[in-house]
Amino acid sequence: MDKKEIIEKLSPIERKIFPFVEKDIEEICEKTKLDKTSVLRAFSLLKNKNIIELIEKEKKVINLGLNGVLYLRKGLPERNLLNELINKKEIILKEINIKELNENEIKVSLGVLKKKALVEINGEKIILKASEEELNKKTLEEKFLEELPLDLNSLTPEQKFAFENLKNRKNIIEIKNVKEISAKLTEFGKKISLDDLREELIEKVTTKMIKTSSWKGKKFRAYDIKSPVPRIFGGKRHFVNQAIDYAKKIWIEMGFKEMTGNIITTSFWNFDSLFTPQDHPARDTQDTFFISNVKGKILDERLKNEVKKSHEGRIGQGKGWQCVWEEENAKKVCIRTHTTCISAQILKKISEKKEFPAKYFAVGKCFRNETVDWSHGFEFNQTEGIVVDENANFRQLFGYLKTFFEKMGHKKLRFRPHYFPYTEPSVEIDSWNEERSCWVEVGGAGMFRPEVTIPFFGKHIPVLAWGPGFDRIIMKHYEIKDLREMYKNDLTKLREIKFFLE
Amino acid sequence: MTNITLKISEIEKYLGKLNENLKNKIISTGIEIEDLNEREIILGITPNRPDLLSFQGFLRHLLYYLEKRKVRSYYAKENKDYSVIVEKSVKGVRPYTVCAVAKNIKFDDEKIKEIIDIQEKLHLTIGRNRKKLAIGIYPMEKIKFPIKFLAKNPKEITFRPLEFNKEIDGLKILREHPTGREYAHLLEGKNVFPIFEDADKKILSMPPIINSHETGKITNETKDVFIECSGFDLFYLNKVLNIICCALLDMGAEVYKVKIIDKKTFYTPDFSEEKIEFTIDQINKTIGLNLKEREIEKLLLKMGIKIEKGRKSFFALVPPYRTDILNWSDISEEVAIAYGYENLIPEIPSISIIAEEDENYKKKRKIGDILSGLGFLECSSLHLNTKEEIKRMHYQFKDFIEIENSKTEYNSLRIDLLTNLLKIFSENSDSQYPQKIFELGPVFSLDEKEEAGIKEKNNLAIAICDDETNFTEIKKVLDYLFKMLGKKYEIEETENTNFINGRVGEIFVDGKKIGFIGEISPRVLKNWKINFPVAALEIELFF
Repeated sequence: MDKKEIIEKLSPIERKIFPFVEKDIEEICEKTKLDKTSVLRAFSLLKNKNIIELIEKEKKVINLGLNGVLYLRKGLPERNLLNELINKKEIILKEINIKELNENEIKVSLGVLKKKALVEINGEKIILKASEEELNKKTLEEKFLEELPLDLNSLTPEQKFAFENLKNRKNIIEIKNVKEISAKLTEFGKKISLDDLREELIEKVTTKMIKTSSWKGKKFRAYDIKSPVPRIFGGKRHFVNQAIDYAKKIWIEMGFKEMTGNIITTSFWNFDSLFTPQDHPARDTQDTFFISNVKGKILDERLKNEVKKSHEGRIGQGKGWQCVWEEENAKKVCIRTHTTCISAQILKKISEKKEFPAKYFAVGKCFRNETVDWSHGFEFNQTEGIVVDENANFRQLFGYLKTFFEKMGHKKLRFRPHYFPYTEPSVEIDSWNEERSCWVEVGGAGMFRPEVTIPFFGKHIPVLAWGPGFDRIIMKHYEIKDLREMYKNDLTKLREIKFFLE
Repeated sequence: MTNITLKISEIEKYLGKLNENLKNKIISTGIEIEDLNEREIILGITPNRPDLLSFQGFLRHLLYYLEKRKVRSYYAKENKDYSVIVEKSVKGVRPYTVCAVAKNIKFDDEKIKEIIDIQEKLHLTIGRNRKKLAIGIYPMEKIKFPIKFLAKNPKEITFRPLEFNKEIDGLKILREHPTGREYAHLLEGKNVFPIFEDADKKILSMPPIINSHETGKITNETKDVFIECSGFDLFYLNKVLNIICCALLDMGAEVYKVKIIDKKTFYTPDFSEEKIEFTIDQINKTIGLNLKEREIEKLLLKMGIKIEKGRKSFFALVPPYRTDILNWSDISEEVAIAYGYENLIPEIPSISIIAEEDENYKKKRKIGDILSGLGFLECSSLHLNTKEEIKRMHYQFKDFIEIENSKTEYNSLRIDLLTNLLKIFSENSDSQYPQKIFELGPVFSLDEKEEAGIKEKNNLAIAICDDETNFTEIKKVLDYLFKMLGKKYEIEETENTNFINGRVGEIFVDGKKIGFIGEISPRVLKNWKINFPVAALEIELFF
């Protein structure tokens, strides 16, 4: 780029500081009326254009310490002691009682005054020896404190004397390393004259300019369009909800209706209607959140009796769980442990209205009583689905799941046998994790057992059902390694996390 | 899922090299490989297959699956001398027992360990940690038939429990013996404790707690054993006895029946194979295949199941060790596993149904779009609050619904979303300001009218934290939101201790109160260590 082009690109602040660019920053600030940040920004812009080079110097600067600030306002301890002596001429050591001074400060003050021969100590007695003149004059230390901050390497002999006296006293002064930046024109920079900058460049397009066409024949300052800009962040949906929206879209594209249901439910819907035996370990407070001060109801008397029969082995071919089914146990209220309880509730609706074939899905929060670590939380999302159809079969279940997982970015899948109390046949889906080169469980599915379907329909109707955990499926997409990050609401991360782009 | 650890050398002795192919076969049969090193393999067994919790069970399963062994039937011999009398006294405390005798077992240390392992795994799983059932095994040379199963006052039960140095009574066992303490809850408070006693009135054990050291300890010298299984459920007692006896038969032992003299008299173990009816059509329709009778027969043999032909249907002969086959649907899974899930071709049927998104969710999505357009970040926080969080707001604990036995400090259902939004500000003081956030989600309150006794309202909360923010800023958002939704609202003055007096209002729609809007009280901000003002609103989704 030639000189002319570069000059056209100089921004207003660069132009402002250019005439003073080799001076101290403080001076530049004063001359240009810019603040320090703007001057530093102009420095870096000029440096990028190779007009100046920056020189960094480290300085040791003496400044007021915590006590120094206080003493500057209230006077040094020795000054306070002197003032007390002016009134009383002599004091007994033990009787000194000055509001501003503590025992330690009195001791130090006495030492200082004695060294300067301003007082004399005679046993317990302290006698003032200073002349009127000495009393009225500021000490070197007092002057020094007023002069701070100062460069350690350029102290006058008087300042040096005061510094030596003060440096070992508690928190009166402190020394800090300060970086000082100054600029020096480069060879190229030296070629730019103030006259070069005289040409009037248009900075901002104004309303007036547009109306009067006053810009015609003038030049606009050219921008350095490659220079970085401050970051901005937009509002957005939570990343998990973005992914949920996408998952919902997949189900809807496959012709599924959305079903919803309450998070707080009875054990009847969460367990009993799904043929989970009443002594099943999952029905313990160790695994499930129960709410004991609330009593639930079972509203559908007919279904209740059918479920009871199913558990007790009195329907169809079933042998049940060889136990007595207790209504009280089914009325226990819990926070749902899976979204399958929504499927159970929708089965009631479908069976009553005989509305099948039917395909329903849900995505929702589920809860388990777990301690929290990187791979477990007590809250997680599940994506649920059922297909109710006389002709539904196990291969179709594989078909729906394969399609869903592939669209969610899980291309390599494995189906293997598994066990759930309410499905038969059952399947577990694994997804290949390239990074760790191993299979990772992503969800369970199956066909509802006759023990589940007969209480609803009066006979067995095939129902495909699945409920893979959702959070684990999307960890891969967001490159999240710790499930706890999902609901942590770290605003910086929420601002920066990419959109769900599927 | 229960894990068992097996020696790879033992597996390879019978099944050949444990290569990728064999590993995949194991997984195809429904067993998970949890871990693997040079010497051992750890397998995950699902709770429906307690029969696989031993090496013998695993081996049988795989030999059948790989068609390396012919499916066998199991038989028990008879001996008139072996009988167990069940007294009425046990009915209130541990009502049933089933028993067997096994002979000619060469008990080396390996085998003793295997038997104890099976016993422990069965206790833990199907026995529900000995609550539902427990198993006892005794050396035959130390005991004399007939044996009695009876219950006595615990103070009158005195014997030396296993690995203990002296005789103590039943109550002391629960207090002093380590195993006694572990399972004390299973007998505590009962008037009588159950015991097995032999013809010489020697106590064999006090189930489900502990055996006698004298009569209930198996050693390298033991060849013949008496096995009892006691508990509450005859069906599962029989199955568990079968699982153990079949494993012993597979090891080469002989098993003898024992006469159980209860209310009725019967013989155990009962190895009769239950017949489960199924049709070829049921199987094919369920899996989505078109298998012939012969093919199904062959596949079921791979699962250790023989079939018999009925007049119109077929019968699967369920092996005596299987607990999980309840009806034809279980048979269809057996066929599917034998066929191999990896061989089932996924299919999408053509059923035409009109898809639909839930109305409520649609609204939430729209509101989310409107607010993100204004630069707000959507948050998603937990549905449970801690006591500490509740304390920081001006709320009473009694307004919260508490959860039993939470393993974390989160133990109350949230009653609002605002608490979580303030928590987010409090945890993000290092993030760029202004912070503008919102959340959509359910909040919980008691309501007897609901089926589960708890009402779930869908709420929306919006909050701004910034040194420049105030009531006007949040009201502008409310205004915009309602305009975009084409709705009208009204604000009435109110008081609310979480907000500043005179800067808080109630929001009404069509005369119905739907929420609050205002500036958060500095006292609440201080509780949360938030250093800037917060203006917020929370409303129920009303339309």
